[in-house]
Amino acid sequence: MEKSRRYAKSHEWARLEDDGAVTVGISAYAVEALTDLVFMQLPDVGTTVTAGESFGEIESVKAVSDLYAPISGTVVAANTDLPSQLETLGSDPYGSGWVIRVQPDSVEQLDALMDQEAYDKLTGGE
Amino acid sequence: MPQRTPLAEWHENNRGRMVDFAGWSMPVQYSSIVSEHLGTRKGAGVFDVSHMGRVFVEGNQATKWLDSMLTRQVVDLPVCRARYTLITGVAGEEDDLHLAGAPVILDDALVTRLADQKDGSQRFVLVVNASNRQRVVRWLQARLPSEGVTLNDTTESSAMIAVQGPLVFGHTTEDVFAGPLGSVFVKKVLEQLAALPNYGVLETELSGEPVLVSRTGYTGEDGVEIILGSSQAIGLWKSLVEEGAAIPCGLGSRDTLRLEAAMPLYGHELCENTDPFSAGLGFAVNIDGRDFPGAEEIRKRRSSSGRCRIGLVFESRRAARSGDQVIVSENGTDSICGEITSGSFSPTCERGIALAVVDRAVAEQECELEVQVRGVRLPVERVSLPFYRRPRHD
Repeated sequence: MEKSRRYAKSHEWARLEDDGAVTVGISAYAVEALTDLVFMQLPDVGTTVTAGESFGEIESVKAVSDLYAPISGTVVAANTDLPSQLETLGSDPYGSGWVIRVQPDSVEQLDALMDQEAYDKLTGGE
Repeated sequence: MPQRTPLAEWHENNRGRMVDFAGWSMPVQYSSIVSEHLGTRKGAGVFDVSHMGRVFVEGNQATKWLDSMLTRQVVDLPVCRARYTLITGVAGEEDDLHLAGAPVILDDALVTRLADQKDGSQRFVLVVNASNRQRVVRWLQARLPSEGVTLNDTTESSAMIAVQGPLVFGHTTEDVFAGPLGSVFVKKVLEQLAALPNYGVLETELSGEPVLVSRTGYTGEDGVEIILGSSQAIGLWKSLVEEGAAIPCGLGSRDTLRLEAAMPLYGHELCENTDPFSAGLGFAVNIDGRDFPGAEEIRKRRSSSGRCRIGLVFESRRAARSGDQVIVSENGTDSICGEITSGSFSPTCERGIALAVVDRAVAEQECELEVQVRGVRLPVERVSLPFYRRPRHD
C-alpha cells in the first residue's frame, strides 16, 4: 500500500493510512488561493460522506466554499482543533492541518483521484 | 478582455490577485484582506479606484439641469463641495435602457461642484459606479437640454486613487506632512488639504498637471480621493507606496471597510427598485418642493415605507451573506422579517457583521432575531450603525 496523497479536482487531498482509514485535508494550493480563512464547519464522527458531495464548509472573508469528500465512507475522526486554529491549514496542510478521517466503503475509489504529478499539472506547479 | 486601469501592470507585478470586476481588471488583494483592512484602520491604505466612473458636467445651465436629474439638491451645493446622491430614471420611449417599473434607481453617486468658469458656466463632476456607468451616461446624455450643458465621461482617460486611514491627516494640521500625502504634494497644497472639511474638494496641481482632491472616501476613515490624468497615476501611486508607506489595498478590503462603516453598495443595499427610505438613504433624497425623475413615486414610497435598515453582529466569526433571511421569534412563532443585504467577517469586530433590511415593526421593538445562514440558524445581536466609527480628535 502506497502512502502517497491523491487529490480531487475540488482540491481536497486523501491519504490511505496503515489502519485502513483515509485522511482528508485541503491542498496547500487551495488554502493559498482561499486566504483570510475565518470559519470552518466539520462533520460529526459517524456521519456518512459520499465522494463528490459536500461534507463541510470553509469560509474566508470573501466567500464560503464547500468541502467535497474525495471518497465515500464513514467519518471516524474530525480535527476539532482546526476551526479555532485555521492558520494550521496554511502552515501544515498535509500534517496537523488534516480535516477528517474516513473509513472508506471502497479503497479503490482512491484510484479515481489524481496523483501528485497530475495535480501539480492542474495547479500549474512543476 | 476587461479594461485596464493605468495601474494594472503595477498590480500584476506586485502580487495583486486580479479579477474581472464590472468589466475592469482589478486587484481583490495583494497580501491578505484582513491585513490590508487593519493596515488602513491603523495606518494608511491606498486603493486604485480608477474603475469608478468620472463624468464631468459643464455649462451655463449645468446647475439647473443637474438639480432636475438628481435626488439630492444641487442648487445650494457650494463650490468645492461634494454631496452623496442617487440617480433615478423613468421609462421613456427613446430609451433602450430597459427600465422596469418607475422610477428606477440607476446608481448612487458623489456629485461635486467645481469652481465656475470665467464666463460663468458651472462645472460638476459625478463619480458613479463602474457597473452602472454606461447606463447612467446614456440616461443623462439622452436628457441633456439642447444647449447650455455638456457631458464628458473622462473615466478612460483619467485615474482615481483613494488614500485612507488615520495617518493621512493625523490629529493636528502638521501631521499631514508626515503622512503619505507628504511625499506627493508641496507644502502649500498640504496645508490646503489639511484645512478641507469633510466632503470638501480642492482643485490643484501635481507636477504642473491639474488634479482634483476630495476629502471623501469609502472606508470610514479620514482621507482623500484623487482624480488625475492617466499618465500621472503610476508616479503618484509609487510615491504613496514607496515613500509614503501607504499599504496597497484591493477591492476585498475596500468592501469590508465600507461594510464596517455601514456605507451602501449598489447591488446590495440599493438596487433598481429599492425604496431609499427603507434602505436608510432618506438623507440622499431631497424631495420637498423638488422635481427629478420619479419624484412623485418616491414621495409615495416615503409615506408607505414599511421596512428599515439595521445592523447585526454574530456571536461567531461566521458571516451571513446577501439574501440570507432574518427570522424573528414572537410568542413561540417564527417568521421571516427581512433579509441580509451585505455580510462579512469584520476584521475590527473579529466577528461576523451584516446589514439587513427588516419590517419596521420588528425593528422598533426588542425582539430575538436569528439569521438563516446556509441551513443553520445563528443568533444575532442588533447594534447601532455604523459598526465602526473612527475616533474623533477635536
